[in-house]
Amino acid sequence: MQTSSPCVRLSALTLAMGLIWCSPSQAAPADAELHELRQAVQQMRAQYESRLQALEQRLQQAEARANSAPQPSDPITAVPNPARAASGSNSFNPSVALILSGNYAHLSQNPDTWSLGGFPMVEGETGPGTKGFNLGESEITLSANIDPWWYGALTLAFSPENEASVEEAFIQTTALSNGLKVKAGRFFSGLGYLNEHHAHTWDFVDAPLAYQAFLGGKLGQDGVQAKWLLPTEQFVELGAEGARGEASDNGAGRMALFAHTGGDVGDSHSWRAGVSQLWERSLSRSFSANNPLTGTEATHTFTGRNRVTVIDGVWKWAPNGNAKRTHVKLQGEYFRRQAQGQLLAGLDPADDTVPGQMDAYSATQSGWYLQGIYQFAPGWRVGLRRDQLNVGKSSLGLNVDRVEASNHNPHRDSVMLDWALSEFSRWRIQFNRDQARPGSTDTQVYLQYQMSLGAHGAHGY
Amino acid sequence: MAIDGLKGFDMTRTLSLRLALLAMASLLAAGSAHAELKVFACEPEWAALVKELAAEDATVYTATNALQDPHQVQAKPSLIAAVRNADLVVCTGADLEAGWLPVLLRQSGNAKVQEGQKGHFEASAYVRMLEVPQRLDRSDGDVHAHGNPHINTAPATFAAVAPALARRLAELDPAHANQYTKRQVDFSQRWNQATQRWALAAAPLKGMRVVVQHKGFPYLEAWLGLQEAATLEPKPGMEPSSAYLSTVLQQLQAQPAKVLIRAAYSDGRGSQWLAERTKLPVVVLPFTVGGNAAAKDLFGLFDDTIEQLLKASR
Repeated sequence: MQTSSPCVRLSALTLAMGLIWCSPSQAAPADAELHELRQAVQQMRAQYESRLQALEQRLQQAEARANSAPQPSDPITAVPNPARAASGSNSFNPSVALILSGNYAHLSQNPDTWSLGGFPMVEGETGPGTKGFNLGESEITLSANIDPWWYGALTLAFSPENEASVEEAFIQTTALSNGLKVKAGRFFSGLGYLNEHHAHTWDFVDAPLAYQAFLGGKLGQDGVQAKWLLPTEQFVELGAEGARGEASDNGAGRMALFAHTGGDVGDSHSWRAGVSQLWERSLSRSFSANNPLTGTEATHTFTGRNRVTVIDGVWKWAPNGNAKRTHVKLQGEYFRRQAQGQLLAGLDPADDTVPGQMDAYSATQSGWYLQGIYQFAPGWRVGLRRDQLNVGKSSLGLNVDRVEASNHNPHRDSVMLDWALSEFSRWRIQFNRDQARPGSTDTQVYLQYQMSLGAHGAHGY
Repeated sequence: MAIDGLKGFDMTRTLSLRLALLAMASLLAAGSAHAELKVFACEPEWAALVKELAAEDATVYTATNALQDPHQVQAKPSLIAAVRNADLVVCTGADLEAGWLPVLLRQSGNAKVQEGQKGHFEASAYVRMLEVPQRLDRSDGDVHAHGNPHINTAPATFAAVAPALARRLAELDPAHANQYTKRQVDFSQRWNQATQRWALAAAPLKGMRVVVQHKGFPYLEAWLGLQEAATLEPKPGMEPSSAYLSTVLQQLQAQPAKVLIRAAYSDGRGSQWLAERTKLPVVVLPFTVGGNAAAKDLFGLFDDTIEQLLKASR
């Protein structure tokens, strides 16, 4: 580019002209000198003008070339469509997504007698539900960006008993970079695989037995979570959570650490695997079990802490990565829980004045599930699932002859068929052969619908 | 000996220091050589356009291939990692990626590429959308509020998007701004010539009645003047039932069409069933770059599209 040279000339010219204009104020120069100077200036001006003309010519040529360059045949402009911008007083309202679900359950055993064998200390949403027609949980999610820095979401769940509960209510950073995200409020813990998925995205009607035994169905946290996605080509995510848990002091009653990694194998395969660790303290769990000393059913109470390790993996296959027509999903998680604390073995529930016996308690228990889903035609899927819990080893100390601990390993086999007419509606039939109770088999049949209304829910992996 | 040894040590230290400096310098050089833009393209057509405009100034990651239904893509770990490392995300927008892109963006922890940021480019914002629904109701199927998002089937789209995309690239990478502009002017010139060539070649297709599998071709139809006689999906995104196919068959017997069109990624059974009964030729269009062997780049995509349609129309 030679655009700079005329500028230089221009400044030289100004200088020269300045000289001329300045000169009368100086001592009168000789006429000859003045004439010479005038000539020089005129020469320079002529040179400058010719250069300017040349430049102008070049500019015109360039413009002509630009005009002959292609123009879009459609009268489209390179500015964004003005029609895209929403307006009106409701344009800042959060997006609303609603889930409606319901089921019919046919259970061969009385659900009130359901128990998880050697896992008496369960809390939360467990069990096969109630017989007959049931309204499932309806869920409503409101979510939006709060400002340039935060995103917020609230999920309310309405139970058939007309109770509303806050399933999730969190804020999350949107402006942090370098793969960092921080969440605060109530949220589903990032441990394991299934835990972060809302119930309506599950492939079976019910949660795996391991989730029921070790996480009370699902682990919701009231606290903070930080996730960091590593700057690698391979997906590697590290996370940490601190939450209230069951502690009543200023500290975190529940801490979790997790790491997930994943990737593709060719166009057709993708996978994710992870390992998580959960620490819980200040736990108090009461359960009733026979006291062989008195021969009566008594309430026993465990106080102490848990450490839960979860290993999870999911593998998906779809021809060329096109999951619309057919795909396979294989998913499994392994749980191992180490409990440590004190057990107060009760004697007689009828008489509170009789003191129980307290002694050290520790137990190591495990469980897993493995499930496979196969979509054999658009909208049609079949699934198989195996649940297995292992009572493992426990040490009761002095209480060994006061608590009749069941040594039954609960297990369950499930098969399901579901049909989605569109992305937004799904019908499902599921059979369970549930052997969670010691010594009896519960045959469970579920017919379920799940519908999604409103904002297009984007689902996680 | 001791002094010699010390000297030797000193020398090796200077040498290793020099080597370290050299290594650092070369690392820095490598670093600046790698400073090119990282672009995450949702669909292959945008990857191809970025390659035309950015050449070696950008590395392009293509999230999907031509055999995948762009409506239904899994928010896979590999995609999350790619968005996390991207400087620019180039997608169709208009809710085509509504089922997966929001998850990728939210999980990426990358503020640069969030919606509304410079690093987020939606091609549909620069195109006049067709089939914008008069009413929004899911009983009409999987309709898109902003109009039909399959803008990639007409050359005018790329003519319109290229300048905007080049401007965005220049904005993000000012050091190479001139190159982006130069390549865009060059691309637009070649594209305009090609578009004129395609329009000329496709003149006999005007008014041809076509049956489409999915409402994926309104921009192609508008460009070439094709007439959509029927759609095999009763409603957008819904699989055709045999009863519905029978009505389409009756309709076509009364008012025949010339060809059946489907995209390379879509399921061929519905169109096969109908083709057997109507004796219509099925044209499997590449739909996007990589949809077949001929559609190697954007030019190949339309060369092949026009060629196949012409062949079937004869």
